[in-house]
Amino acid sequence: MSITIAGMTKSFGATSVLRGVDLTVADGELVALLGPSGSGKTTLLKIIAGLEWPEAGQLTVNGQNWLDLPAQARRIGFVFQHYALFPHMNVRDNLAFGLTVRPRDQRPTTAQIRARTDELLNFLQIPHLADRFPAQLSGGQRQRVALGRALAIEPSVLLLDEPFGALDASIRRDLRRWLRDVHDQTGSTTIFVTHDQEEAFELADRVVVMGEGRIEQIGSADQIHDHPASPFVARFMGAVVELPVTLRAGRAEAPGLDTSALDRRALPDGPATLFLRPDAITVEPDATSPWRLTEQTSTGALIRLLLDGPGGARVMVDLPRHTAPRLSVGAPLRLRPLAGAIFPAARSAPADEPAPVSALKEIRL
Amino acid sequence: MSHAVSLAPGQSRGARRLLIGLAVVLTLLIVVAPLTYIFVRALAQGWAVYAANILHPLTLHAMWLTTITALIVVPLNIAFGVAAAWAVARFRFPGRGLLITAIEIPFSISPIIAGICYLLLYGRQGLLGPWLMANDMQVMFALPGIVLVTAFVTAPFVAREVLPLMQAQGSEQEQAAITLGASGWTMFRRVTLPNIKWALLYGAVLCTARAVGEFGGVSVVSGNIRGQTNTLPLQVELMFNDLNTTGAFAAASTLTLIALVTMAIKTALESRRG
Repeated sequence: MSITIAGMTKSFGATSVLRGVDLTVADGELVALLGPSGSGKTTLLKIIAGLEWPEAGQLTVNGQNWLDLPAQARRIGFVFQHYALFPHMNVRDNLAFGLTVRPRDQRPTTAQIRARTDELLNFLQIPHLADRFPAQLSGGQRQRVALGRALAIEPSVLLLDEPFGALDASIRRDLRRWLRDVHDQTGSTTIFVTHDQEEAFELADRVVVMGEGRIEQIGSADQIHDHPASPFVARFMGAVVELPVTLRAGRAEAPGLDTSALDRRALPDGPATLFLRPDAITVEPDATSPWRLTEQTSTGALIRLLLDGPGGARVMVDLPRHTAPRLSVGAPLRLRPLAGAIFPAARSAPADEPAPVSALKEIRL
Repeated sequence: MSHAVSLAPGQSRGARRLLIGLAVVLTLLIVVAPLTYIFVRALAQGWAVYAANILHPLTLHAMWLTTITALIVVPLNIAFGVAAAWAVARFRFPGRGLLITAIEIPFSISPIIAGICYLLLYGRQGLLGPWLMANDMQVMFALPGIVLVTAFVTAPFVAREVLPLMQAQGSEQEQAAITLGASGWTMFRRVTLPNIKWALLYGAVLCTARAVGEFGGVSVVSGNIRGQTNTLPLQVELMFNDLNTTGAFAAASTLTLIALVTMAIKTALESRRG
């Protein structure tokens, strides 16, 4: 099922949640909606499911206008962040729910339903849990049941809202791989929402980065990493170092900054901002540099440097510990970024774009 | 588990004994003694007289009227309570805050005021009185009036029990049912109702107890017509005023029994709800 979304807007009261979203998802594709909380990704998912309605815009699935269809008629599989299993039904009855609520003339026979749930229990690798109730299951098991319940109706589209958000890191990794297998076996068009970059890039064919109700960028992991389309995406991808620079002949210049490792950009001369990830910067001793090393800590794998520079600027640099040079606090150092994104000043300093949460967290470490 | 209670430094054993003793004595004085006395007085002249009092036509009629009232009011308020709780828990609409407050109003208004309000609205001299008279409909001093006032007084019980639960559970399970193809009614029957059933039963039990025992509001709108509009609590008062003390206590004992049964059901439900 191919999904086409055009010009979609939605607001809750005075708050705009979606500000004009256009997106096409191909048949059988696995797409991640990635963004910080409040970016509108869950709302978009719920509109596709028929649990929310947009103010304007189109939602077309295989040429059919889905905004005319109630949720019941869309035959989508929706997996909720907190699973939303029915606590008074055992696993088997939870899985069978979508089949047992069909109108009488479309409902499979009891034997058929039983066969289908048996098949699902085996597919989910949980046949021993058939008679348990949701309260007796672990988080990972609940997640499997929730996915199985959605798959039971052979959905045209599978939608997952933060499917691994409430799970431990190790279970999360296993289930991620498993979900990819499930997708490859069922071939259903799948969209999932996440705020976790790693999850999005590992699992999805294509990642849609959302911020403040808009799609900021669509692409693969490498594309988004290497060429963020906006300061928002750069920050969200972990480029928490922002340096004011001057562009001259496509090259960023600033005191104590050596950008010879960066490609020239086809950008007009003038003020700009250079966005860098702390692990994409190296340092070299330079007596003329205004940057001074003020703090040096080790996380085991990484040496984390803090440098103070002109005008109270502060920069964080992560170096692999085993290859890091010996440095002493107070030493003047030159910054030599290996990769980075440059945006002309007018675009790079909008006051209404707060730094994403993930970046703030990283700074506090 | 009582011996496992450890005392904080400076906390004397005496204070604990005093507090427990006080609680026991007050409970005995205020709750147990009067309740026991009802049965003592009801049976003072023996079982035969007790039975005769209970089976007195006027008392039987009062019991019947009270039962009919409860049978109409409780289902009505279950429907109202669930609908109101659902509306408030699931939807955001103008006047939602007002509705939450309105549900609570019967708790804070004296039932007698409610009775007077209904009298002023539906009574012969009331706002709707002439129209009702012209259409030959008797609301005051008849069953409809009793039912209306009782329904008003007991309106909050079910809603108050169900609402917090529905708010805590959120709507994700219901949304899941919808995406799986369930119709609105199927969703309610198979997902919403099983989730709230204990709270609903608990609210219904409280509502029943209150409906059976309601006095103030009903006394205003019923007109105290013997054998016609006297509910059981009114009958108790009437017999007491007639100096038929044993009869009054006999009728009161049936009300007390209903209350005790209610308490037992309520306690059972509370343990069930965990």
